[in-house]
Amino acid sequence: MKRYFRFYLAAMKLAVLEQIQYRAQNYFYMIGMIAEPIIYLVVWSSVASQQGGSVNGYTPGSLAAYYIVWTLVRNMNIVFTPYGWEGRIQQGELGRFLLRPIHPINNDVAYFAGWKIVVILLWLPLAAILALIFKPTLQPNLLQVLVFFFAIWGAYLIRTMLYAVMGMITFWTTRVAALYELVFALELILSGRLVPMPLMPAWVQNLAWWLPFQWTFFFPINALAGNPTPNELITGLGMQCAWILGGILLVRLVWKYGIRRFSSVGN
Amino acid sequence: MPHTPAILVENLSKHYKVPIRDSGLKAAARSLFKRTYRTVKAVDGISFTVETGEVVGFLGPNGAGKTTTLKMLSGLVFPTIGNPSVLGYQPSKRQADFLGKITLVMGNRSQMSWDLPAMDSFELMRAIYGIPRPDFDKSCKEFIELLEVGDLVTKPIRNLSLGERMKMEIIGSLLHKPKVLFLDEPTLGLDVTMQRRIRQFVLDYNRRNGATILLTSHYMADVEALSRRVIIIHNGKLLYDGLLSKLAEKFSAFKTVRVTLTRPEARLETYGEVINRDGAIVTLRMPRSVTPGQTARILAEQEVDDLTVEDPPIEDVIAQVFSNSSAEAFG
Repeated sequence: MKRYFRFYLAAMKLAVLEQIQYRAQNYFYMIGMIAEPIIYLVVWSSVASQQGGSVNGYTPGSLAAYYIVWTLVRNMNIVFTPYGWEGRIQQGELGRFLLRPIHPINNDVAYFAGWKIVVILLWLPLAAILALIFKPTLQPNLLQVLVFFFAIWGAYLIRTMLYAVMGMITFWTTRVAALYELVFALELILSGRLVPMPLMPAWVQNLAWWLPFQWTFFFPINALAGNPTPNELITGLGMQCAWILGGILLVRLVWKYGIRRFSSVGN
Repeated sequence: MPHTPAILVENLSKHYKVPIRDSGLKAAARSLFKRTYRTVKAVDGISFTVETGEVVGFLGPNGAGKTTTLKMLSGLVFPTIGNPSVLGYQPSKRQADFLGKITLVMGNRSQMSWDLPAMDSFELMRAIYGIPRPDFDKSCKEFIELLEVGDLVTKPIRNLSLGERMKMEIIGSLLHKPKVLFLDEPTLGLDVTMQRRIRQFVLDYNRRNGATILLTSHYMADVEALSRRVIIIHNGKLLYDGLLSKLAEKFSAFKTVRVTLTRPEARLETYGEVINRDGAIVTLRMPRSVTPGQTARILAEQEVDDLTVEDPPIEDVIAQVFSNSSAEAFG
């Protein structure tokens, strides 16, 4: 356990050092990423204005809060993609991780967690500018802040496991990009990334409750920017824990059978 | 207690099922409905053992199955048949204990962070292998001195030359003091000086730590400098396992005789095939079996200043081994 702790610290430090090298690139990447929620924000704010100031309870101020928090959650949600897994497996890159006495997924979790530290630092001034322009209504209580802190890491872990499982399908199929595109489309609709979940039809909301996506976007955003009840917050954290555990089990299962097929070509 | 070699390989095979189809649209369309596969035997039933502390050269042309064997022995690839044992572990189980005692260095693969100085990657290795700080500092200092890379460990890897990067790669791979080293073309693409330095370093590591080393290289100088014993595989099958010095005896039917004549005009064609004549120095090739008799004749019948009998260069012998495409040809 102590070794894992030391490894996580070292890998996170390495990620911070690497990402600082690429700070300008990270910044431009983040600015580009912000275009997406701003479009959603402008569209939904216009809809709210046309409907007398709010849409399903969302005012321009609460929509601004939703999408500004969205930018942080989205950055926190960045994980090693199935594309990355695909390349890693196809080109044999996975080999170097297999030689280490530590499961490769630990490397991904630690590395991207370290990256988040740089991301949050870079995000703060951008969030301040967005807040000045769009004037969000954001008044979370202490419990919401606390739950949000855990929820963004929970979201990160769910997405890491989900995408790792998808990426590992490359052990069988060679290419996984098409499947990823399909899941990405589902995630866009069922996560609260495109539209806050309460603005979706009831049946979509019901379906989304049983899928992992909304626990990676809507739940953490709503935990801070919405008005959730304590019960909703605790349930949400519980669902995140369930998806993380399920994800870990799935990763272990797929890994166990997939790794036998790894041919380590290209090295 | 029964004796266990460091590496024990018995009837090890790795087969790949590879899809095949002819070129062209018609074949592509047909393959949508019916795919044809071919089984490639990358490694085909090889057996050998390596004792603790032994350095063994693992030779073979491209595609012979060397790297696949090393990958199976280091737990990267699952064997199709056979359960090799390395330090008493079954590599395919990839137990943390096992992985902490071996390393695989590949001349064409890097485990270092490209953008950061090597020292940062070394620190990650320390954490991965749980190396105590004093041991880590000692190993770092020792390896850095031996490979003379003192001022390079603080430069980003991307700013280093190929040889310098390889040195860092080797240091990073040995920090946890592995007991078994699998070296796959460790001097690939390096200049002669750098090759020599890395060879010396590997030899020092073997002597100081009693490590077992299985080495592949296309540079015979590597193999000659590091290993007395070689294993040769071709098309996945084992062709030879024995002393390097005995290789020529087994596979080369000829000897090279170099004669320095007192009278350069003397003719030596009757003793053997003249393969070179440089003034008074004549190089002859003759069947191994007749060499003693023919050299005695030369000495008796010619005025000779000097005469040497040699096996052909090891590269030539190996090339001759590889040129025979089937293992059966060698029994």
